Amino acid sequence: MPLVEMRDIHKYFGTVVALRGVDFVVEENEVVGLIGDNGAGKSTLIKILSGVFPPTKGEIYIKGQRIDPRRYSVREAHRLGIETVFQEQALGIKQSIWRNLFLGREPANALGFLKVTQARDETYKLMRQVLRFRGGGVSPDAPVRTLSGGERQGVAIGRAMYFEADLVILDEPTRALSVQEVQKVLNFIRTLKDRGKSCVYISHTIANVYAVSDRFVILDRGKVVGEYRRDEVSEPELNEILIELHESRAQEEFQENSS
Amino acid sequence: MIKTSFDLRKYKMQIGLILIIGLVILLFIITSPEVFLRPSIYLAYLTTIPFVGIMGLGLTFVLASGEIDLSFASVMAFAGYVCAVMVDLTGSVTVGIIGGLLSGAVIGALNGLFIRKIGIPSIVVTLGMMFLIRGAVNLLSGGLGKSLTFLIGTPWHSILVGKIGGRFPAHALWFLALAVVLWFVLFRHRFGNHVLFSGDNEGAAWMMGINVDWVKIKVFILMGILAAFAGIIDSFRLLKWWPTMGEGFLLTTFASVFVGGTSMFGGEATILGTFIGAYLIGSLEAGIVAAGLSGFWTRFIYGFLILVAVTIHTILRKGRES
Repeated sequence: MPLVEMRDIHKYFGTVVALRGVDFVVEENEVVGLIGDNGAGKSTLIKILSGVFPPTKGEIYIKGQRIDPRRYSVREAHRLGIETVFQEQALGIKQSIWRNLFLGREPANALGFLKVTQARDETYKLMRQVLRFRGGGVSPDAPVRTLSGGERQGVAIGRAMYFEADLVILDEPTRALSVQEVQKVLNFIRTLKDRGKSCVYISHTIANVYAVSDRFVILDRGKVVGEYRRDEVSEPELNEILIELHESRAQEEFQENSS
Repeated sequence: MIKTSFDLRKYKMQIGLILIIGLVILLFIITSPEVFLRPSIYLAYLTTIPFVGIMGLGLTFVLASGEIDLSFASVMAFAGYVCAVMVDLTGSVTVGIIGGLLSGAVIGALNGLFIRKIGIPSIVVTLGMMFLIRGAVNLLSGGLGKSLTFLIGTPWHSILVGKIGGRFPAHALWFLALAVVLWFVLFRHRFGNHVLFSGDNEGAAWMMGINVDWVKIKVFILMGILAAFAGIIDSFRLLKWWPTMGEGFLLTTFASVFVGGTSMFGGEATILGTFIGAYLIGSLEAGIVAAGLSGFWTRFIYGFLILVAVTIHTILRKGRES
């Protein structure tokens, strides 16, 4: 039984068609690289899976259980063990690190008052032991705007680590991370795999996706146009496939425009 | 464990404000010692300032959530009217108070629904609501005030606006208590956390499962209830309700909140700042008049103080970023 199965997913935003019949599966303990050009529908697909918005049409199964799209939400996804690191990082930069880490899942007493000491201590532990922030020199009270791009990414990933998700969806920010910071992201994915978890990894850098994924799913204009297991394709071949796709798309658009 | 050392730098804005208040009072003592060396002027401040202050607390939440409200001064009058009429009809002060607070909550909810469910910017919705509610108050009351002298001696009158020890106004304590409770709600409660994130980065809040629409609607309901409470206690204090109640409070409330250090941009707010700001703004007029300057100076000095305070807040905030 796959961990996640999405069948015939369609999504329209008004008259814009973002997804047109996508089938997407993630197995237990599998890293899936989701690739495709800008506007291919990658972010839309993972936002549906994360509960940010419902599909216009289609079915979703998580751990074999059919999901009612009207009841599905980010909270429900979290409850089912699906954690997403969004491209936008989903951080409030004026708020402290600990507030960001626990946003939406704040430790609180029965009346809803925050357990601030607990939240700060746990954040500090995570920052020091797992995220390895500047040797622990950063306070959990520091506002996120004072952090570097990579550290911000670390806070977003920290959520997924802290809450021990079964499936982590990583939409890598297009804003460039340093080589070291990218290595951290890749190591995080490897750790997930070692712990028996699953991951969907979106990146524009094929070398990164290739380095960690078990399987690749290629999206183009809202459709799955290719699916390869890692042993079926080499990195240069995968690159070649994408370049061809890009060229055929450019050609089609050129013909559409000139006709 | 992390050291939770008390960091003075974190409170430099508030410390600065207290210094400014000290300076202003000192200036008033020098210019009119016969007024400012006696306790009665300070008791007068405690009597008059809480109304603006309580609405300022609500406005702090609204601004923290990234929205704005222009209708609360009209809500103040409306709720006072509803309360007075319901006391007339039922003979029960309790029912009147509940009715007044509910009317504020309903107007707040309407503001929130128009803003979040229809998608009209808050400045436009609440501008409309400001006129609509003020108009409704005038139409319903026929432009006439209502006497509330029968409230004298009732328990609610003593609880809300009585004089403790014959001098100290009870509503000053209500303002203080509300400030403390709302500080905990904003900075130590889930709801406040969601308010701050809704104002900071609405998209992020949605992506982390916060229903931003509902959070903001609740903020407007809170604002409505606080404005209603201010209206009820103001009419109780004066034993009279009148249809122009709250006119002139709109801008002083904004002035108090901005001088206090809450930002227009959302996601950042200070309850302590609003509390101090209300007393600072509220103390100016009496001091200016006592100093022998004409009332014309008041606005000029308000304006000067707002510009200086907001400039300092903004520079301090930028300093923290780098």
